[in-house]
Amino acid sequence: MSVLIIAEHDNQALAPATLNVVTAAQQIAGHADTTVDILVAGQTCDAVAQAAARIPGIARVRLVDDASQAQQLAENLAAQVVALAAEYSHILAPATTFGKNFLPRAAALLDVSQISDISAVVDGETFIRPIFAGNALAKVRSSDSCKLITVRTTKFEASAEEGGNAAVEPVTASEESGLSSFVGRQLSQSERPELTSARIVISGGRGMQDGANFQLLDAVADKLDAAVGASRAAVDAGYVPNDFQVGQTGKVVAPDLYIAVGISGAIQHLAGMKDSKVIVAINKDSEAPIFQVADYGLVEDLFEALPAMREALG
Amino acid sequence: MKVLVGVKRVLDPQVKARVKADGSAVDLTNAKMSMNPFDENAVEEAIRLKEAGQVDEIVTVSIGPEKAQETLRQSLAMGADRAIHVVTEQVLEPLAVAKVFQHLVAQEQPGLVLVGKQAIDDDCNQTGQMLAALLGWSQSTFTSELKVEGETATTLREIDGGLERISVRMPAVVTVDLRLNEPRYATLPNVMKAKKKPLQKLALEELGLDVAPRLTTLEVMEPEARAAGVLLESVEQLVEKLRNEARVI
Ligand SMILES: Cc1cc2nc3c(=O)[nH]c(=O)nc-3n(C[C@H](O)[C@H](O)[C@H](O)COP(=O)(O)OP(=O)(O)OC[C@H]3O[C@@H](n4cnc5c(N)ncnc54)[C@H](O)[C@@H]3O)c2cc1C
Ligand SMILES: Nc1ncnc2c1ncn2[C@@H]1O[C@H](COP(=O)(O)O)[C@@H](O)[C@H]1O
Repeated sequence: MSVLIIAEHDNQALAPATLNVVTAAQQIAGHADTTVDILVAGQTCDAVAQAAARIPGIARVRLVDDASQAQQLAENLAAQVVALAAEYSHILAPATTFGKNFLPRAAALLDVSQISDISAVVDGETFIRPIFAGNALAKVRSSDSCKLITVRTTKFEASAEEGGNAAVEPVTASEESGLSSFVGRQLSQSERPELTSARIVISGGRGMQDGANFQLLDAVADKLDAAVGASRAAVDAGYVPNDFQVGQTGKVVAPDLYIAVGISGAIQHLAGMKDSKVIVAINKDSEAPIFQVADYGLVEDLFEALPAMREALG
Repeated sequence: MKVLVGVKRVLDPQVKARVKADGSAVDLTNAKMSMNPFDENAVEEAIRLKEAGQVDEIVTVSIGPEKAQETLRQSLAMGADRAIHVVTEQVLEPLAVAKVFQHLVAQEQPGLVLVGKQAIDDDCNQTGQMLAALLGWSQSTFTSELKVEGETATTLREIDGGLERISVRMPAVVTVDLRLNEPRYATLPNVMKAKKKPLQKLALEELGLDVAPRLTTLEVMEPEARAAGVLLESVEQLVEKLRNEARVI
């Protein structure tokens, strides 16, 4: 019995999160002495299958190219996973909105308790996962014969992308459920690095006061080639779109450098960034809890600090 | 149409969880507890659908110890019509919770089930999707907009890349995100009225479901604490430190 990874993609390119899942899958496969396959389910997604096949250490790429998988609707994708499950001891997906959407559905159909958001692999049955907004870590052992797992991507290095040469095998598509249909997507367009994989992230909070002021952050981000994030308060206030949100219920990031600007440091925000290597806090309130996790703190008005920082970066 | 809404009693979001000294679990003794924040959004949405004339009965459900009644009373004070308390001291996994809901759906025949996208204690983000699977219903997760239009509903979903709109066939399970609405506070008169609303108690064992845990928690640990940092004098000093000490820029 091998390990199966469900690839995240947009029919054109493999999402980087998949590479972090490969690392977790290979750790599990090492304990279980088995191999790793990748399922690419989509439509006209041959380029994705080819990319998956080039990842080192993958045994097989299983390709479903069918209209029913074009938008990876949860009902259809879960059914496809269930159809293949008998061949696998572990089925993994990234703990992104993609993985969280369909994998629990597949787990229930298989009568399996999903293990969400693992941050470490102890052995083939035992995993560590954060609970209570990361204020505790649970070590859990699963007794299910097939284990369905979502992976916290920031806790596993991305695997290499090139060097492998796996066989691509077509798989029969399972039936279209007819339960839901795709209407449309508004994707944020940005020239900047992607938030969850950027080496540097600079986030703004309620202290930014309005959306236009995010230009001050952008100017610093440009100098550092950083991604821009936000607290929930900044998103709720409409300063920036929802996909900027970092935290327990937004995105989890762990860059080399995280700069929190005008963010107080609520439990839920810390849950999404406290594994960053170096944390900087800029806040005019020296009592703000964000300073308790910051390596470098600056008690200053952000409207002075941000332009000065842009200057200092040359 | 009847709506079933899940409301879980959890550690209050303002309280920082602490691990018990014996490493068995998070210590909830005397801790402040609240309705899971996402479930407040779910209850609010049900009330708005009722106010819009699309829903005629709102039934809230909580599975948990005696005290879960407080959470149900809160949902009744917000505006739910009736509550069901499935009493158990066991901590159930989402799969088991979904099975309890499946059982109640068979009894109550709702046209829509609303749950939170995630319980902020276990951070599982599974129950709604699992319930939809067990029922063979459609699902919409991370929902920040819900429009019910007869046989279908159109929803807006908060996804990593932005927003996605889908159409789901009714009946459906919808898991809600915080930006779906602004939950109302229960007014004092409504809190009083809620005391008289029906609250049905069922013992979990009576339901005859397989709710045995599949996961064993071997240990609960504190995460590694970060070392204390330093406060700097100026932006220039900060940039210098980032370049020459931390070497991250
Ligand atoms: C269920 C739930 C889930 C949540 N999930 C998330 C999540 O995923 N992510 C998240 O971020 N939050 C989340 N929250 C919200 C969280 O609890 C906080 O409310 C939020 O993080 C606060 O955002 P903030 O720090 O920007 O705002 P505030 O707490 O209002 O802080 C603003 C800060 O800006 C500083 N400031 C103001 N003006 C200036 C200035 N001119 N110069 C410098 N500093 C200034 C202030 O001193 C203050 O510290 C969640 C809450 C709940 C209940
Ligand atoms: N014990 C419970 N009682 C009532 N509702 C629950 C319970 N557990 C989970 N739910 C619902 O399922 C949602 C998701 O929970 P989870 O899958 O545990 O993250 C919650 O927001 C609740 O709406």
